[in-house]
Amino acid sequence: MRSDMKDITKRMRADIVEMLAAAGSGHPGGSLSACDIIAVLYFDKMNIDPKNVEDPDRDRFVLAKGHAAPALYAALAEKGFFAREDLKTLRKSYSHLQGHPNMNTTPGVEMSTGSLGQGLSVANGMALAGRLDNRDYYVYCLMGDGEIEEGQVWEAAMSASHYGLDHVIAFVDHNHLQIDGNNDQVMTVNPIDEKFRAFGWDVLTIDGHDLDAISDAIDAAKATKGKPTVIIAETVKGKGVSFMENQVGWHGVAPTAEQAKQAVAEILG
Amino acid sequence: MNSATREAFGEALAELGEINPDIVSLDADLSCTTKSATFAKKFPDRFFNMGIAEADLMATAAGLATCNKIPFASTFSVFATCRALDQIRNSICYPHLNVKVVGTHAGPSCGEDGGSHQAVEDIAIMRTLPNMVVVVPADDVEAKKAVYSAAQYIGPMYLRFARLASPTVHDESYEFDLFHGEVMREGSDVAIIACGMMVPRALEAAERLAAEGINARVVNMHTIKPIDEELVLDCARTCGKIVTIEEATIIGGLGSAVCEVVSEQCPVPVKRIGMPDIFGKSGAGAELLDEFGLNADHIIEAVKSF
Repeated sequence: MRSDMKDITKRMRADIVEMLAAAGSGHPGGSLSACDIIAVLYFDKMNIDPKNVEDPDRDRFVLAKGHAAPALYAALAEKGFFAREDLKTLRKSYSHLQGHPNMNTTPGVEMSTGSLGQGLSVANGMALAGRLDNRDYYVYCLMGDGEIEEGQVWEAAMSASHYGLDHVIAFVDHNHLQIDGNNDQVMTVNPIDEKFRAFGWDVLTIDGHDLDAISDAIDAAKATKGKPTVIIAETVKGKGVSFMENQVGWHGVAPTAEQAKQAVAEILG
Repeated sequence: MNSATREAFGEALAELGEINPDIVSLDADLSCTTKSATFAKKFPDRFFNMGIAEADLMATAAGLATCNKIPFASTFSVFATCRALDQIRNSICYPHLNVKVVGTHAGPSCGEDGGSHQAVEDIAIMRTLPNMVVVVPADDVEAKKAVYSAAQYIGPMYLRFARLASPTVHDESYEFDLFHGEVMREGSDVAIIACGMMVPRALEAAERLAAEGINARVVNMHTIKPIDEELVLDCARTCGKIVTIEEATIIGGLGSAVCEVVSEQCPVPVKRIGMPDIFGKSGAGAELLDEFGLNADHIIEAVKSF
């Protein structure tokens, strides 16, 4: 893993907070909890090149939990898919950075998402295409823990297993919170690992903020043959900003300029 | 000849599979009856049965389309367009992906399975989705050519096919033009604009009207979105009155599309024939069409009531 990974995640977190403050709306909590996973994918693991976006052999990433778009945009800007200044235009009518990812407006976005529960099916479709074409790319799909309450996730879980899609590697960003409260208060999603195991998946559970653990889990997932792997990432909603951590109220509220300043100081501090 | 449009779909897809290796087929445990099984037998590696899971069916097709495959995702029209509507909206139409949504067993001619299985609202629903093209072939010959056309066209398309066999009204030399309706019979007293298996009924009505000295123009409006505005306007200007007929609810489908065009650009009286804001029911398909007034008698009555 590159030596500046930690710095990259710090920059991404600062970008997330600042772009949300500039937008005046959006989803900080789930963007910050997913940040480290996305960072490892884009800067350590995925075979992607901003200069060759149509490369048929590139790895794909589907942000099923589309509301974490700021984390994806921070990674794409850092990677060079578009100018860093664009981040400030998030959610504006003239911006290519839509509130939820749009593959037709934003370079590097592989799939338009936003309506929860559809991303894993899309990832499966990408993997089936790769198999048909004898390509070796991997398809990564990041879901929320509230998102997996959607029935379609389990349709897709069944399909990935049925078709033995070992090039699908899914993450569940398990930050334990969704809009209306704790996961299991709203709807009992746990135990997540046993559910996926019962659907025929290989299951790994890791600390979703430990960069080495994320990297190792992806390596292990790639070594798994004949079935898909889900990495359940234990995360903290709002990770990195003290007043946002584990606070359900920060699911879908943007920080003020003052709050953003404090948050960025903490992150970079 | 004289076979169901779904049969033609299966044959065309299997033929296209030979020509274009990027064509893939997905179904939701209905391949034997949607006829995608014809493709599946020839190309088992390019056929994906998704089980009884229509949401997964549509979004998996979307994923395949992002990798330049041309997926035909088939199931009964009622499940495709109602159960998987959100997937068609957000994973296919919104990103403008090249997925062909194939709905079979549409309308009351689906028959004995009853109202739960007879899509009446599918045309209306699909028509409201930005980026979606909506095609309802009139017979087996047109259905086959429409499937070929769908494979050429890049973008989301909804193709509506019937369970019931119906008369063939085209000969093999017919050239399908995706964005232009077809004038099947000239006339200037009234225009009858039809789609699907209502087209042969419109031709029958025109024949009987001619015997009474009324010359009806018959238009096969196979593509309901984008509708051939020029042809609709020409019907309005030439004939002065229009009857529409479709095997679907009169709310939001072909009749509505025609009214939208004429009301803004050339107002003339329009009478819409279809399912009058009701669901279907069990019965023999052909008998149900008569019972719901989806026949030549009703067209003639409408023409005479202007």
